[in-house]
Amino acid sequence: MLKLTPLDRGISLSDMNIRPGQFVQVKTPDNATFLRRPISICNIDFFSNQLWILVRDAGNGSRAIMNSPVNSKLNIILPLGNGFAVDKSGPSPILIGGGVGVAPLLMLGAELKERGIQPTFLIGARNKEAILLEKELSAYGPVFVSTDDGSYGSIGLVTQNPVLDNNFSSIYCCGPLPMMKAVAKIASAKSLFCEVSLENVMGCGIGACLCCVEKTTEGNLCVCKEGPVFNINKLLWHN
Amino acid sequence: MAQLGVTIGNLQLSNPVLTASGTFGYGEEFSDFIDLDRLGGFIVKGTTLEPRQGNDYPRMVETPSGMLNAVGLQNKGVDYFIENIYPRLIKYSSEIIVNISGSSVDDYYKVAEKLNTLPRINAIEVNISCPNVKTGGMAFGTTTSGAASVTKAVREAFDKTVIVKLSPNVTDITEIARAVENEGADAVSLINTLMGMAIDVERQRPYLSTYTGGLSGAAVRPVAVRMVWQVHKAVNIPIIGLGGIMNGRDALEFILAGATAIEVGTANFINPAATVEIVKYIDDYCRRHNVNDINQLIGII
Repeated sequence: MLKLTPLDRGISLSDMNIRPGQFVQVKTPDNATFLRRPISICNIDFFSNQLWILVRDAGNGSRAIMNSPVNSKLNIILPLGNGFAVDKSGPSPILIGGGVGVAPLLMLGAELKERGIQPTFLIGARNKEAILLEKELSAYGPVFVSTDDGSYGSIGLVTQNPVLDNNFSSIYCCGPLPMMKAVAKIASAKSLFCEVSLENVMGCGIGACLCCVEKTTEGNLCVCKEGPVFNINKLLWHN
Repeated sequence: MAQLGVTIGNLQLSNPVLTASGTFGYGEEFSDFIDLDRLGGFIVKGTTLEPRQGNDYPRMVETPSGMLNAVGLQNKGVDYFIENIYPRLIKYSSEIIVNISGSSVDDYYKVAEKLNTLPRINAIEVNISCPNVKTGGMAFGTTTSGAASVTKAVREAFDKTVIVKLSPNVTDITEIARAVENEGADAVSLINTLMGMAIDVERQRPYLSTYTGGLSGAAVRPVAVRMVWQVHKAVNIPIIGLGGIMNGRDALEFILAGATAIEVGTANFINPAATVEIVKYIDDYCRRHNVNDINQLIGII
């Protein structure tokens, strides 16, 4: 987890109207990569004016960002993308995250709690070591865990977790594509409001290059600008 | 401030910095980052007669010092541009240049004819060099006869400045440049992307849905500078140079090699303020080198 503060003390993150599910574009230190790397906003600590991003080692770019020394500078563009539709949650949403995909659920949970809604969290990973943010999320609601190897929580995929037998008013999901597709199927079967956060490979991050498109009911849309959060009804996953 | 104004056909640009089509959307995407009126002009996304969905995802992969793309000219068509986008762009004072593409000579003619009616569009850039579409595009740009036929048609349909964008995927770019000059092109811009390919060896699959794509970014710059220099020796019309310009220093390489103006492309993705920083750099450079008019530097190599 990296906690970032604006270099210019006059900049207040609370003035930026940052929404859960939005992301930042990070220029990788020492030009480790040619393009910037998009990373989900995990949380905004308004009190300390800190932006939190959770970075997983997925290649040269993320490694260079993770290894930034304390007090070093990062060049980032924010906030980007649309964010989750928080006002559509209903009274009992479940927030499902896989691996590093739990990151945006922390800010989403905080925002829901602020609106008087207690979310349920369901997070999954390969094993116990890969479970992230369990303690932080538990400040906003109960947290259920699944691990592939059963080393912690329920054994198996998040979609096999018994907590899903309960009734929920909506689903918000961020994680690997197969997980999100499986979650979308469950949501469709139960006719629940469901949003997922996609991570198609991006160029610019601002809707200019048209590289990160996803096929939708409205044609090819940029994940960076029209997303990264999409209502599953807009996606063509069932085809 | 040095005199940075340059002339391309009938276009009087306040400075030589333009944006490369396909990397700058419709300009508006960048208005949070820069004052668009500080650019010489901006070249908007490739526009075709009919709407196009473009190629399937994945369309982009990063490569050493660059990227491959295979967007495939996704756009909503020229009529949508005229009705919905053009009215929003006319509030900007810098020149708006529309990049056009087609799959037949007649397509190019019709798009150019429609754009000719727009009072604020004083120039079009004719893309005969897109490597990412099956028909047309680069097919016209890789033979002298193909390039000439498109230029001739567009010249008839469009009364104002015609810029023809050349493909680097040819044996001798100077003969294509001469062919379009002979058909009345007011300027040439070069280079479009270099055709390339990258393979994910673990999955044993190409990274792009189309297998091949267009290479851009710093990696192509030496090739582009060389081609600008060669074309400058071969034609008498102005050249707009592009290909891997990341900063002001790079822009000056193209100007010294023979470019009257330059386009900033992939750099916009990494630094959305690259264009205005380049304008400032060029001005500072002129002052440092006691040059009072940028035109004195064009093609001195």
